[in-house]
Amino acid sequence: MSRAEAPGAPARRGPGPLWSVGLLRSELVTTLRRWRTLALLAVLAAVPVLVGIAVRIETRGGPGADGGGGEGPAFMAQITNNGLFLVFTALAATLPFFLPMAVGVVAGDSIAGEAGAGTLRYLLVAPAGRTRLLLVKYATVLAFCLLATLVVAVSALAVGALLFPLGDLTTISGTSITFAEGLGRALLIALVVAASLVGVAALGLFVSTLTNSGIAAMATTVGLLITVQILDQIPQLHAVRPYLFPHYWLSFADLVRDPVYWDDLVRNLGLQALYAAVFGSAAWARFTTKDISV
Amino acid sequence: MILPGTGGQERARETEREPMGEQSAAGRPAGDAPEQVIATHGLTKRYRGGQLAVDGLDLTVPAGSVFGFLGPNGSGKTTTIRMLLGLIEPTSGTARVLGRPMPRSARTVLPRVGALIEGPALYGFLSGRDNLLRYDAADPTADPRTRRARVAAALDRVGLTAVAGKRARAYSLGMKQRLGLAAALLRPRGLLVLDEPTNGLDPQGMREIRALVKELASDGTTVFLSSHLLDEIEQVCTHAAVMAQGRLIIQGAVADLAAGARGRLAVSTPDPAEAARVLKEQGVAAVVADGDRVTGEPPERDLAEVNAALVAAGVRVRGFTLERASLEDAFVALTGEGFDVAG
Repeated sequence: MSRAEAPGAPARRGPGPLWSVGLLRSELVTTLRRWRTLALLAVLAAVPVLVGIAVRIETRGGPGADGGGGEGPAFMAQITNNGLFLVFTALAATLPFFLPMAVGVVAGDSIAGEAGAGTLRYLLVAPAGRTRLLLVKYATVLAFCLLATLVVAVSALAVGALLFPLGDLTTISGTSITFAEGLGRALLIALVVAASLVGVAALGLFVSTLTNSGIAAMATTVGLLITVQILDQIPQLHAVRPYLFPHYWLSFADLVRDPVYWDDLVRNLGLQALYAAVFGSAAWARFTTKDISV
Repeated sequence: MILPGTGGQERARETEREPMGEQSAAGRPAGDAPEQVIATHGLTKRYRGGQLAVDGLDLTVPAGSVFGFLGPNGSGKTTTIRMLLGLIEPTSGTARVLGRPMPRSARTVLPRVGALIEGPALYGFLSGRDNLLRYDAADPTADPRTRRARVAAALDRVGLTAVAGKRARAYSLGMKQRLGLAAALLRPRGLLVLDEPTNGLDPQGMREIRALVKELASDGTTVFLSSHLLDEIEQVCTHAAVMAQGRLIIQGAVADLAAGARGRLAVSTPDPAEAARVLKEQGVAAVVADGDRVTGEPPERDLAEVNAALVAAGVRVRGFTLERASLEDAFVALTGEGFDVAG
């Protein structure tokens, strides 16, 4: 009788170690097939294009008049000399808001969006397993952090190469490094910027476990991001500021020094790890005990 | 009306207790083929607001049954189902599914349970096929090598192969419901939990779903079907339980439940007064005359003699029927109230 077979069937062959990867792959593909994700990536890709064109138009009158750009994001003035600096400028321009906002949207939607759509209950009875699903969600958000940063960097590199000369570049310290080494530094910076988003990703994931509305979770995460960014600008809060997740974000510029100045970079990565641990644990504690009644 | 109903209730409670007693006496370990696919004991859920959604539920679902879980909307059916599937933590009490405790054994139990909970939930921007691939990928015990074949088979089973490539957003409600059923059929299951599977469907869609449920049950899969529609339970189910306001009112085999409320003899005649007199003489109890229709509880004797007596007394008989007792009659007998379908 098939009734007798049915319960025995799954036990016949134990799950292979790679079977769990299926959910991660499914999650990555599903995230990337949402139009919202694609729109965010398109906006991020457009930022370097806008910056590049703006710098190009501004400097058309006098090619040598590059010293006037004291305002604006870091490295803006050097772009006309070397297109590679557009990568640094674009990352410096997007790191305070655009990148973390995009990450906040994806992270905030990760659990709450599924809950709101009702698909969460079907994933859980599949059974995805709550801890496993949360890990997969966080891994996907982290992958999005890296992807978003790389989209900005690659777009900036392409625009920089099209509109400006490329070649050996001068570091902040005044020394000269080869273009190849400059490219290596650019990649390293992209990785550090992506790692800088680990904290806000964990925060977004935690917020996402608190509500059944994807929109509410996204708005809360982005709202928190803006609030923290403002708090980080208030000098009177100097006692608290080193513990705010965006405080050391712009330390990635130290990678363009020669030799590299590591102190703030390490502090930044340590702070991100702390946020990931605290809010990751909070998200786990919340999600594994939550009643899924939607 | 009250007496037969109460009798049915007692009988159902007896059948419910006996097997549970056996199980605990024998101390049988959680085997692969439990006699009770679902067994809860004192299952209770109180929400944070203090609202008691499920109150001391002792539910027993025998293996191989098609079990109707009946009750008006808001009676605690869905909360019970969510507790059985590990989505909601019970406030107190225990639940065993396929012989293992839930939610503790969710990882081993749930791959053998297919579920449709409060309607389907789909990724609108994914095709029907991709929705199923995603749900199957969520199950860590599902073999990825056979995933595509199993998804295709499930789509075929619910008749969605032709539209498998269309985005789920474009599906009609009936198609979404069927895709939800397909997700429950991705693997061989020991138990199917279907929460209101025909909700929101047109009569044609309802017929299709019911036919599918019957087909699945004939394969031997235990089906736990919740509904607020009495006739649905009566058409499809072998066993049933009735909930109201978080409490279990009765459970047992549908035939037993319906037998609790006995059938009624109905005579259609232009001479109701005379017919009522003759019927009372013939031992028919609780005779009620309503227009040209006279009904009553049938006597023990042969009904042919009752009919002959009517004709002999000059009563002109247009119709003479024994109306089978329905589950609704049983429900009314039990609760003394109608079943609020509109809920």
